[in-house]
Amino acid sequence: MAIPFIDPDCADWQALGLMCGVEIHQQLLTQRKLFCRCPAGLYSHHHDAEVVRHMRPTLSELGEYDGTALMEFKTKKNITYLLDRRSVCTYEMDDTPPFEVNREAVEIALEISLALGSNIVGEFHVIRKQYLDGSIPTGFQRTAITGVGGRLPYRGKQIGIIQLSVEEDSCREVSDRGHDIVFRTDRLSMPLVEVVTEPDMHTPQEAADVVRLIGRVMRSTGRVRRGAGASRQDVNVSVRGGTRIEIKGVPSISLIPGLVAGEGVRQKMLLDMREEMLRLGLTPQTFADCRGVDVSYLFEREETPFTRATLRAGGRFMAVRLPGMRDLLSTKVGRTRTFADELGGRVRVIACLDVRPLVVTDDTCHDLGIRDERWRTLRKKLRCKATDAVALAHGPVVDAQCAVAEIVARVVECFEGVPRETRQVRSGGETDFERILPGPDRMYPDTDSPPLAVTDEWLAALAARRRTPVWELDEQLMAVGLPRDVAENLAISPRLPLWQKAVDGGADPKALGLLLGMRWTALVRRGLPLKRIPEGTLRDLFAAAAAGRVMYEALPMLLEDAAVAPERPALELLNLRGLSPMTQAEAARRISDVLEHLARPTSVDPAARKRYYMGKLMPHFFGRLAGVTVERLFDEIMAGAA
Amino acid sequence: MSNDEFKGYRGEALSVLKEYAAPVWSDVTIASARGEFKGIILPRSETDDEHHIVLKMASGYNVGVRACDVQAITSHARKEAHYKIPEKEFPYDPQKSKVVLLGTGGTIASRLDYRTGAVIPAFSPGELFGAVPELADICNIETKKLYAVFSENIGPDHWMGTAAEIFKAIEGGADGVIVGHGTDTMHYTSAALSFMCQNLPVPVVLVGSQRSSDRPSSDAALNLRHAATAACMGPISEVMVCMFGPTSDEYGLLHRGTRVRKMHSSYRSTFRTLGDRPLAKVWPGKVEPLTEDFVRRDRNRKCTLMNKFEEKVAILYYYPNMQPDIVEALIDNGYKGIVIAGTGLGHVNKPLYPALRKAHEKGIHMFMTVQTLWGYAQMFVYDTGRDIMSFGVVPAANILPEVAYVKLGWILGQTQDPEEVRRLMLQPVNHEITEREPIDGYLVMQGGLPEIDSFMKSVRR
Ligand SMILES: [Zn+2]
Repeated sequence: MAIPFIDPDCADWQALGLMCGVEIHQQLLTQRKLFCRCPAGLYSHHHDAEVVRHMRPTLSELGEYDGTALMEFKTKKNITYLLDRRSVCTYEMDDTPPFEVNREAVEIALEISLALGSNIVGEFHVIRKQYLDGSIPTGFQRTAITGVGGRLPYRGKQIGIIQLSVEEDSCREVSDRGHDIVFRTDRLSMPLVEVVTEPDMHTPQEAADVVRLIGRVMRSTGRVRRGAGASRQDVNVSVRGGTRIEIKGVPSISLIPGLVAGEGVRQKMLLDMREEMLRLGLTPQTFADCRGVDVSYLFEREETPFTRATLRAGGRFMAVRLPGMRDLLSTKVGRTRTFADELGGRVRVIACLDVRPLVVTDDTCHDLGIRDERWRTLRKKLRCKATDAVALAHGPVVDAQCAVAEIVARVVECFEGVPRETRQVRSGGETDFERILPGPDRMYPDTDSPPLAVTDEWLAALAARRRTPVWELDEQLMAVGLPRDVAENLAISPRLPLWQKAVDGGADPKALGLLLGMRWTALVRRGLPLKRIPEGTLRDLFAAAAAGRVMYEALPMLLEDAAVAPERPALELLNLRGLSPMTQAEAARRISDVLEHLARPTSVDPAARKRYYMGKLMPHFFGRLAGVTVERLFDEIMAGAA
Repeated sequence: MSNDEFKGYRGEALSVLKEYAAPVWSDVTIASARGEFKGIILPRSETDDEHHIVLKMASGYNVGVRACDVQAITSHARKEAHYKIPEKEFPYDPQKSKVVLLGTGGTIASRLDYRTGAVIPAFSPGELFGAVPELADICNIETKKLYAVFSENIGPDHWMGTAAEIFKAIEGGADGVIVGHGTDTMHYTSAALSFMCQNLPVPVVLVGSQRSSDRPSSDAALNLRHAATAACMGPISEVMVCMFGPTSDEYGLLHRGTRVRKMHSSYRSTFRTLGDRPLAKVWPGKVEPLTEDFVRRDRNRKCTLMNKFEEKVAILYYYPNMQPDIVEALIDNGYKGIVIAGTGLGHVNKPLYPALRKAHEKGIHMFMTVQTLWGYAQMFVYDTGRDIMSFGVVPAANILPEVAYVKLGWILGQTQDPEEVRRLMLQPVNHEITEREPIDGYLVMQGGLPEIDSFMKSVRR
C-alpha cells in the first residue's frame, strides 16, 4: 500500500509545524581577498598550474571522527585545484599562513552588523570551520563573528538574527566525476558575510521574503558585490517531528519557496514512512544481517546498455535484500522523487558512483530493460519473500560494495525519521543528498591569526555613516505615494541621497521617486550611460523641476540628453529642448493658435470632444506646463468662445 | 580562586572575572555595554592583551568581550573538557619489519584542543595508530619519546642524545629508525646525525610536517607513511630527510641528510637537495631511488657512534660593511671555530682582514663556505680569496654553511689539532662535500618563462 503523497502546493504548513531559518552569504565589494593580497572578483577560465590534494578527517573533541568527516573520507576523492596565477597565491593553496585580515572586509561586516542591530563583538577571533569536500584547500574555512543577535522587522513580527560573520569564499566546482573532483580557485578566499537567522519563518514564502529583505539591508551599504553568484543562501527547514535540514547554496531567491515546500513535504513523507515501517513490525534489527551479494554473473549476457557498460568497464553488480520493504522503496518523497532516489543520492556521494541508474529496484528494473525473468532469478537467489525489496548497485567493485552498505545504512536511518544531512539543489527545483550535517565540533581556533580589537572609535566612525534602516525607508517612501516595488528599489539605491536632497529643496517626492526608483533603472537597462551625468547637473535639473521651470514628465528625456552629452550644464539641456519658461498669457495664446488650425472633432459628446482637443494640445506644452494648467486655460478659452 | 583558574588572563580582564567569580570553563551569560553574549569562558593566550574575555559560543565560534564593557556575568555551569587522543593497540604483524620511532617534539602526529587551539602531540604507538591507522599496513612500530621541544630549541645535546638512541635502537634490532622532528632545524639535525652515526646498517629517516596534523590538508600522515616505508623497506641506509616532493599530495622525496635544506618558510615541498639529486622518490609502500650512489641496507654492518660536539662554533654570515668587531667578539668570547658564509666564491671585505688574522693567531679554526648555497668556495680565483686564505681561512668546497657549522662542531668535539681538523673537515663523511656538481644539481626555475609556464601547466607540483 503506497503512502499518500502530500502536494507541496496544498500543504498546511501550520499543521505541519514548518520552521525555517536562512543563512545568507553575500560577497563583499573589496579590492582584495580576506587573508591575502590577491585581487577579489577576478574570475577566469584559464589556469596556469594544477595542485592535487586529499582531505583527511581530524579527530574531533570526543576523540571520534566527526560524522561528515568520516563520510568524506569514505569517498576518498582526488581533489584537483586549477590555479590562475593572477587570482591565487600560495596562501589560498595552504602553502603560506594567512596575512593580516582585510580590514575593509571586517568594516563592511561591522556596518551590516550595525544595520541589523547586532551586538558588536569586542574582539574579532578567527576560527576554522572544517570542510572536507575539498572546496577549500586548507580543509577549513577561516571565519569570524562580528556581531551576535539582532532583529529584523517583517510584516509586523520580528525575525531574530543569530549571528553575523565574515568569512572566506570557497572554490568553484568544475566537475565531480567518480573519485575525481576539480575546483577553480579564483573565487577562493574572497570575503563574504554570512547572516544567520533564527528559524522564525513558518511558510515557504516568508523564507524567500526574509532572504530578500536581508539582501536589501546588505546592498543598502553599497559595499557588497552584485551579479550572478555574489549572493547564495542556505535554507534550514524542519517540520514537527522532523530534523533541521540544510539546503545548501540556493542560487536564487525565486527558488526558495519551492525548495522549502519540497523539503517540508519530504520530511513529512519520511515521517509517514517510518510510521508505516513500524506498523509493519520492521526495526533496525531487521536489517542487521543485510549484506551485498555479487550477482554480476546474472548480467553477463544481459542486453541492456547500462549493464553492458558496467561490465565492459570491469564493474560488478551488488544486490541486497531489504526485508519488508517491497512497497516502501517507491514511496514518493517529492514531486518526481521516490525513496529509492534518496538511496541513489547516498550512493552517488558516498560510493562515488555516478553512472545512472544509481540504484535499481523492483519498481524500476523492468523499465530499465532488465528482463523480468532475470529479476525473478535475482530475487530467488537472494531468497526474497514477497514482501522483501531488492536494491542493486553497480560499478567498480569497492565502490559497489560501499554502495550496498550505504543503502542498508540509509534504510536503517529511516527509523530516525529524517536523518541529519545537508542537501543540494538539483535542476527542477528539487534537492538531493549532499553530505551528513557536520556538528559544532568542526570549529576550532585559528592559531595563525591574532584577535582583532573592535574599538569604540572604529564603531563611532561607522555609526556616523549609518543610514536609516531599509524597512523604515520603505515605509517612508510608500508614505509619499510610491508603489512598494519602487519604494524598495529606491530605498537601497545609491540615488537615495540625491532624492532626499531634491525633496528637501521642494521637489515632488513621488514624481522624483518614480523617476529615480523606476524610470532610471529602465533607462539604464536600455543602455543609457546615466552614470556619466555629473551629480551637479542632476541636482540642477531636479531643482528646475522643483521650481516649476520644467515639468517632471520631461526629466527622462533630459536624462537621456545629459547621458549623451554629460558636459552640458542643466540650463543648456533645457534650452536645447526649447524648455524655456512660459507665462500663462503665452500659453493661452498658444492654445488659441493650435485650436485655430485643428480639424473639428467628429464626435458630438462634449467629454470626447474635450479629450480630442487636450490630446492635440498637450504635446505643445510637453515639459513646460502641467496638464491641469493647460486644461484650465483651455476651459477658459472655450468658455470665452461660447 | 587561584590565578590558574583564570588561565592566561591578566590585568583588567582578570579582575573582572574575579569580581564575578567566573573562572575559565564557566558557561556564562555576559551583560555588556555592547549587548549580551553567551558562551564558555576560554583560557586566554598569554600573548594577547589584558582587555578582553574570550567566549566559545554554542555555534562553535569564539568572540572577545571587552572587559570594560562588562556589566554582569551570570554563571550557569562549568564545562571543562579534557582532550585525549584515542588509543588503539597498534596491531603487531610478525610478517612485517620493526621500525623504531624516536620523538623529539615535532607535531607529526598531534591533535588539537578544539577549544583553546593548543596542540596535543600524539605519540604512543596506540595514539599513532589512532591517528594514522595506515601505518599498520607498512610496519610494526615502537616509539620512544626523547624530547618535547620545538624545532628552534633543538641543539647539540639533542643531537648527541638522539644519535645515542638511534645506536641503541639499531643494536636492539630495528629494521629502520624514524626521527620525528620539527621542520625548522631538521636539516641541522640530519647533518649532525649523519656525522655522529656512521656505517648505518639500516635507514634513519627524519620526518616532520609543514601543516600540523590537526588540519585536514596536513602533510603529516602522508609524510609519516612515506618515512615508515623508507625506514622499513627502503634500500638506502643513510640519514635522510623525508618530506613532500611537490606541494601536491603526490610523493615524498628522500634527501641526503648532509645536502638538504629547508628552502621556504611555509611550503610543503620546502626541503630540497642542493647541489645534487635527491636520493629517492617515495610513496606509501614503495621507494624508487633516483641515483645508484647510496649506501645499501646491510644488517651486518656495524654502526659507529661518534656523538661529540664542541659548542663554541659560530656561523658568520658576511654582509657588506661588516665590521671587524663582530669577529673580535667571537675571539674575545673564546670561540674555537668559525664558519664564514662569504659572498660569491667565498669573500669578505678588507676591514675584516686584521681581525681574521688575529683569530687565526689565536688558533681559531676558520672555514669558508658560500652564502649562494649552490657552488664551491674557490678562493684562488681572485686576490681577495688568496688574501683571506693567507689568514688561515680554509675554503670548504661546496659544503652548505649550516652543515659546515655542524661538522666543525662535531670535529672540534674530537680534536683541536689544526691539521687534523682541516683534514677531517675537507674529507667528506657522506657527500657533504662532493667532487663534482651534476648538471642538474642547480635548478631554481624562474616563473614567467614560456618553457616554465608550460612545465607548470603539465606537471602537478
Ligand atoms: Zn592569495
